[in-house]
Amino acid sequence: MFGHLSAPRRVVVTGMGIACPLGLGVEHVWKRMTAGESGLGAIQSFDVSQLPSKVAGQVPSGPKAEGKLDIAEWIPVKDVKKMDRFIQLALVAAEEAVTDAGWKPEDEAARCRTGVMIGSGIGGLPTIYEASVQIYEGKTRRLSPFFIPSALINLASGHVSIKYGLKGPNHSVVTACATGVHALGDAARLIALGDADVMVAGGAEAAVSEIGMAGFCASRALSTGFNDTPTKASRPWDKDRDGFVMGEGAGVLVLEEYEHAKKRGAKIYAEVIGYGMSGDAHHITAPTEDGDGAYRSMKAALASAGLTPDRVQYVNAHGTSTPMGDDIELSAVERLWGDAAKGLAMSSTKSAVGHLLGAAGAVEGIFSILAIRDGIAPPTLNLDSPSRESPIDRVANVAQERRIDVALSNSFGFGGTNASIVFRKAA
Amino acid sequence: MSDTAEKVKKIVVEHLGVDEAKVTPEASFIDDLGADSLDTVELVMAFEEAFGVEIPDDAAEKITTVKDAIDYIEKQKAA
Repeated sequence: MFGHLSAPRRVVVTGMGIACPLGLGVEHVWKRMTAGESGLGAIQSFDVSQLPSKVAGQVPSGPKAEGKLDIAEWIPVKDVKKMDRFIQLALVAAEEAVTDAGWKPEDEAARCRTGVMIGSGIGGLPTIYEASVQIYEGKTRRLSPFFIPSALINLASGHVSIKYGLKGPNHSVVTACATGVHALGDAARLIALGDADVMVAGGAEAAVSEIGMAGFCASRALSTGFNDTPTKASRPWDKDRDGFVMGEGAGVLVLEEYEHAKKRGAKIYAEVIGYGMSGDAHHITAPTEDGDGAYRSMKAALASAGLTPDRVQYVNAHGTSTPMGDDIELSAVERLWGDAAKGLAMSSTKSAVGHLLGAAGAVEGIFSILAIRDGIAPPTLNLDSPSRESPIDRVANVAQERRIDVALSNSFGFGGTNASIVFRKAA
Repeated sequence: MSDTAEKVKKIVVEHLGVDEAKVTPEASFIDDLGADSLDTVELVMAFEEAFGVEIPDDAAEKITTVKDAIDYIEKQKAA
């Protein structure tokens, strides 16, 4: 296997697209994020009276011109009903990413060398819920023929491939909240190993629904103490944090083989230089107390990048704002960085957009790349009183100008799955 | 145009997102109106719902044009 390669090929990022609670469009979202704005709010779109957590980050509704989402501007009416919202969000982010990259392959050979790997943590949960209700009400024969393809996770990749005629590897990742990083890392590997020259990769999630909220409430994962002050609810590392805030959205990146990008004069945002994974083998929802899984995941990512920790200036943390997880990740980073922890900036952008589950790793990958591009570490909102001190600068409340050549982004998921990815400034 | 024909036309326009002018009696759902096989399944379900009729699968397979749908529904309603 892989005997056709003398060495792995270099992989760069040439396009990015985003739909998240701060809005639509990479530049629009980034401007708001670095200004310290929050995309979280009280849930209005469905009845939350029975839910202990009533806050979330939802993609704002409105015209495209205002950086908001009106799905009719993006997808033909007759197709909207064939796809759950997570697929719709994936298509919106993918359109921005492929347009940004300027890569819509015209000939068959190029189409066959361009693939898609967009994942989701849960997929079409609201669609499954509605179908279940229909069956319960005795309307089994009335089930839409689009029910299954609307709910299936890999249909995000499917729809994107159909829309742009991308005939290369068509794959999808499902690793809960680690999905986004796994999708980017695995897609980069497909390019590095020669399976494709270009991959449209990322994650999408739209589980801010009654069933999604109720499920995470039942597992006691969500913030419940900030229903009246939603923008304060996500507060990673702060002593008053009490759970994560659900978010929805999609992040899609165009990954490309370096020579391929250079030859067509593409704009190069950053290079994907490292990727690491690990499993906790411990508990279905809780990390190990010593953060061993996170530590090994980051260590593996740095090893594959061939870098020592002191070469990394920014970490985009998993940092979900849960009482347990935040400090465990912090300890793991402190342990790995050692003396270099003093010079490190680490923030959690979930403080502004919430936890986008399967899309988190993809949108946070984009934020990490923008941190490198602009030399700005985005802030951790609501970090007013850290539950413990650390030599690491967690960029409390206000963005910081910093020299950032290399950034690492973490995502950890239920089931004890961990992934870390490393980006470097384009040479 | 009969009430049935008007209603069928409206459902086709809504479900397939096509121009009203294209929905002629002779128009084929798949060849002229851009539907795929799953679209036609859904369309038949919409007819059943709107007209309160049952259209079994073997009959549904024979409904390929706008006129086929109108004729079938009118026959069912008359029966």
